[in-house]
Amino acid sequence: MFDEDKLARIREARVRWAAGSPPGPEAAAAFKTVSGAPVEELYTPLEVAELDYIRDLGFPGEYPFTRGVQRDMYRGRLWTMRQFSGFGDAFDSNRRYRYLLEQGQTGLSVAFDMPTIMGYDSDHPRSRGEVGRCGVAVDSLADMEILFDGIPLDRVTTSMTINGPAAILWCMYLAAAEKQGVPLEKVGGTIQNDILKEYIAQKSWIFPPEPSLRLITDIFAFASRHVPRWNTISISGYHIREAGSTAVQELAFTLADGFAYVEAGIKAGLDVDEFAPRLSFFFNAHLDFFEEICKYRAARRIWARHMRERYGAKNPRSWMMRFHTQTAGCSLTAQEPENNIIRTALEALAAVLGGTQSLHTNSMDEVLALPTEKAVKIALRTQQIIAHESGVANTVDPLAGSYFVEAMTNRMEAEAEEYFRKIESLGGVLAAIERGFFQQEIADAAYAYQRAVESGERVVVGVNRYLSQEPVNIEILKIDPAVEERQVQRLRELKARRDNLAVKAALERLKQAAQGSDGLIPYILEAVKVYATEGEIVAVLKEVFGEYREQPLF
Amino acid sequence: MRQLVQELLQGNRRALARLISLVENDDKRKAEVLPELYRHTGKAYVIGITGSPGSGKSSLVDRLLESVRRDELTAGVIAVDPSSPFTGGAILGDRIRMQEHALDPGVFIRSMGTRGNLGGLSRATREAIQIFDAFGMDLVMVETVGVGQSEVDIVKYADTTVVVLTPAGGDSVQTIKAGIMEIGDIFVVNKADYPGTERTVAELNAMLDMKGAEDWRAPVLPTVAVRGEGVDRLWEAVLRHRELLESSGRLQAVRRERARQELADQLEHLVKSWIWEKIRARVPYEEMVEKIMARSMDPYSGAYRLLEEIDFPLPQ
Amino acid sequence: MREKRIRVLIAKPGLDGHDRGAKVVARALRDAGMEVIYTGLHQTPEQVVEAALQEDVDVVGLSILSGAHMTLVPRVRELLRENQAGEIPVLVGGIIPEEDARELKEKGYADAIFTPGSSLEAIVACVRDLAGSK
Repeated sequence: MFDEDKLARIREARVRWAAGSPPGPEAAAAFKTVSGAPVEELYTPLEVAELDYIRDLGFPGEYPFTRGVQRDMYRGRLWTMRQFSGFGDAFDSNRRYRYLLEQGQTGLSVAFDMPTIMGYDSDHPRSRGEVGRCGVAVDSLADMEILFDGIPLDRVTTSMTINGPAAILWCMYLAAAEKQGVPLEKVGGTIQNDILKEYIAQKSWIFPPEPSLRLITDIFAFASRHVPRWNTISISGYHIREAGSTAVQELAFTLADGFAYVEAGIKAGLDVDEFAPRLSFFFNAHLDFFEEICKYRAARRIWARHMRERYGAKNPRSWMMRFHTQTAGCSLTAQEPENNIIRTALEALAAVLGGTQSLHTNSMDEVLALPTEKAVKIALRTQQIIAHESGVANTVDPLAGSYFVEAMTNRMEAEAEEYFRKIESLGGVLAAIERGFFQQEIADAAYAYQRAVESGERVVVGVNRYLSQEPVNIEILKIDPAVEERQVQRLRELKARRDNLAVKAALERLKQAAQGSDGLIPYILEAVKVYATEGEIVAVLKEVFGEYREQPLF
Repeated sequence: MRQLVQELLQGNRRALARLISLVENDDKRKAEVLPELYRHTGKAYVIGITGSPGSGKSSLVDRLLESVRRDELTAGVIAVDPSSPFTGGAILGDRIRMQEHALDPGVFIRSMGTRGNLGGLSRATREAIQIFDAFGMDLVMVETVGVGQSEVDIVKYADTTVVVLTPAGGDSVQTIKAGIMEIGDIFVVNKADYPGTERTVAELNAMLDMKGAEDWRAPVLPTVAVRGEGVDRLWEAVLRHRELLESSGRLQAVRRERARQELADQLEHLVKSWIWEKIRARVPYEEMVEKIMARSMDPYSGAYRLLEEIDFPLPQ
Repeated sequence: MREKRIRVLIAKPGLDGHDRGAKVVARALRDAGMEVIYTGLHQTPEQVVEAALQEDVDVVGLSILSGAHMTLVPRVRELLRENQAGEIPVLVGGIIPEEDARELKEKGYADAIFTPGSSLEAIVACVRDLAGSK
């Protein structure tokens, strides 16, 4: 960016400047990002001397997309304000969705309860006490119909946080849309469908890696032909970070997963440009403001470079990393929960300055329970204030060219590349999971962070500094325990009402298909349409695929 | 204590758990218990399973338990993991891999840390085996990390020892620690879906062939424990080995040797404990250490001096 | 010589897979010189209690972030009692609203409860305390 002559003069002036400033009173160790990466006192052109504007930054909407994936970014259209929500049964959540849409939210994001996430019906013994607790209970198409009752699925896009049984819940959604009279090519949304990060961090898995990857590539193939507006996967760093990783680990492991899916798609015989444009990402927005912004910028550049140069993608849409962001749940504190509003606002601002396509802001009470309506509203308002009052959306990538931001972006990219080499040397992502590499790295980082908090090296306001003795006093959303009974009762009625011969036949065909190598989506779609339950479909697939078991690592 | 023993013999699992804690903690009261139990032992067959960390021993034990239970046998499992040498603490995670049998009344799984004292571990393990035996378990499986000599010691108490290896990848099996080839009655190459399996199996076979023919030639069996592949053959091999030991009279010989060893160990243990107790009670041991440091005394004469002090009847 | 060590079961009953807290606590307890028996994820109360009995632990630690604590914790306590092991202290960590925490403690289902932001030091001290009181 600068010629040698100018750099030499800056170098000289800097030496002079450094000699004149007394050593700071605080220990150098204190100046670290939340991930523990060192931060220098000052950044100058010297730290970004190698930066080449066209090569490394370029223009928004153009390769390598460091500055953003759209030409006009938020001037053209604001990010989608998408609050993750779901609780109780389909009726309860349907009411919450309608409320959110009335409040100006622009897309839906479904949180399922743990039994749904793990592939159990509400009447399974393992579901006891968990039905509708941390998300909405969905057992069959009947629940999905209720969930989106009165919500036009040709206009609202929906994101669904579901992984192990993603194919099944997706088919239920498609079937519900069809029942509304919406053709598949008009249905839009996202399924998380990222099983690799489940093995790595979130630990909600069902099947072993190989059949899981097969289901994912089946979804890629089906969507590219029939549901072109659907984002078939949301490759997620969010949970990796929540499990305790550093920002660089989040960046590197998520992109490594992304590359693994690309390779799986290519191996399954798909053309990279056929499915890559529908891959999307999902990142965390943690508290370290600049580190987060740089993480997003580095992520876009790495993805573009690898997609074009390593995988030979030709379609610019395959090079573009589009991502959703959620503020960091793990940064919230149970002490003085109102402080969480401020934390979330800072995190959301970083996500916006980092160029996110959609955003979820956590509610202040989520560290205590599911959020109340009031808390959700404040969280949504936080986004609206950033969008309409702060002025940060007026120009594209306003922090580009900051010596600090560019130097940190470069460093994070380099460190991520280092991780890619390490993963490669272990035999790729699956082999590294098998050896527990990611799990161990994350567990170590989580423990190091907790130790830093304990020692006071890392300050958490209200937790290890500026403590107050006031008791927590905020309203909490209670889930009615009767939800579980009602849901189980409805399931029982459904099983009595539906055409059980048709269910049996559809499940048998699915089983045969699973034993062979056909794409499984049409078979699953057929089963959900005759109201086979999620648990029944998962049981059939478990018979063929087996189950995954965790790696004992600490 | 009496009552605990009675409960154990009646099949009370809580008593079983508590008695194992007693020997684990080297609690003095175990001296009341072990002699009482001993006459109820000698029936269980002991299988030692050893291998490096990450070789999949726990998954293998989990799958073996399936075969064991199919044959309507009961089993106690002792899963040993290293303790931290600094704090003595440990995270014992072997149960994670043994979920299938978590609620099976015919299976009892106990995790043990090495607690930084390998000789002590060795004794605690032996005593835990006896407790399982007296409880009436048909089998006792002892899973240990085969990294140090003392852990390998545990196979002394096993009737059949299974050594678990993984495909050596690019490396040659030659790098396998000396000693490990000597102790295996059965070799398992687990994770046999990894590259390099065939070569590892072939090299192991070649090494075993060089040992020369005996009545038992240790088989080398590939397995994929997480999927249960090859585990039936492993179980068959264990049964064949047991049959051979029993029919050839070798089991008796091995157990006689073990009884001899146990008696000797116990003797040494008693004498040592007696000596240390006396020394601690009567002699300024640390002063002696200081004298040796200052070279005003040497450890050779020092030891004699100490024994004199406690009236130990030394031969002249 | 071998000495008595505090043995703690760290279990994740229920279906949620958030094991960051459980693992960090497990490490802290190990570093404090304890033996931690880790059951792994997705345990039923029956599995947790059976493990507690077989391992003869001094304290049972449950980590629950799925909201199912009002079902799972009482169930674990009941099963411990049914197995004549009702005296084993139970410590719970996770997202537990104040009101629920009070109820779990008042009814004797849990002996101690830790929510996000709790210090490892406090947890270690509590385990030590509970193990001593058994």
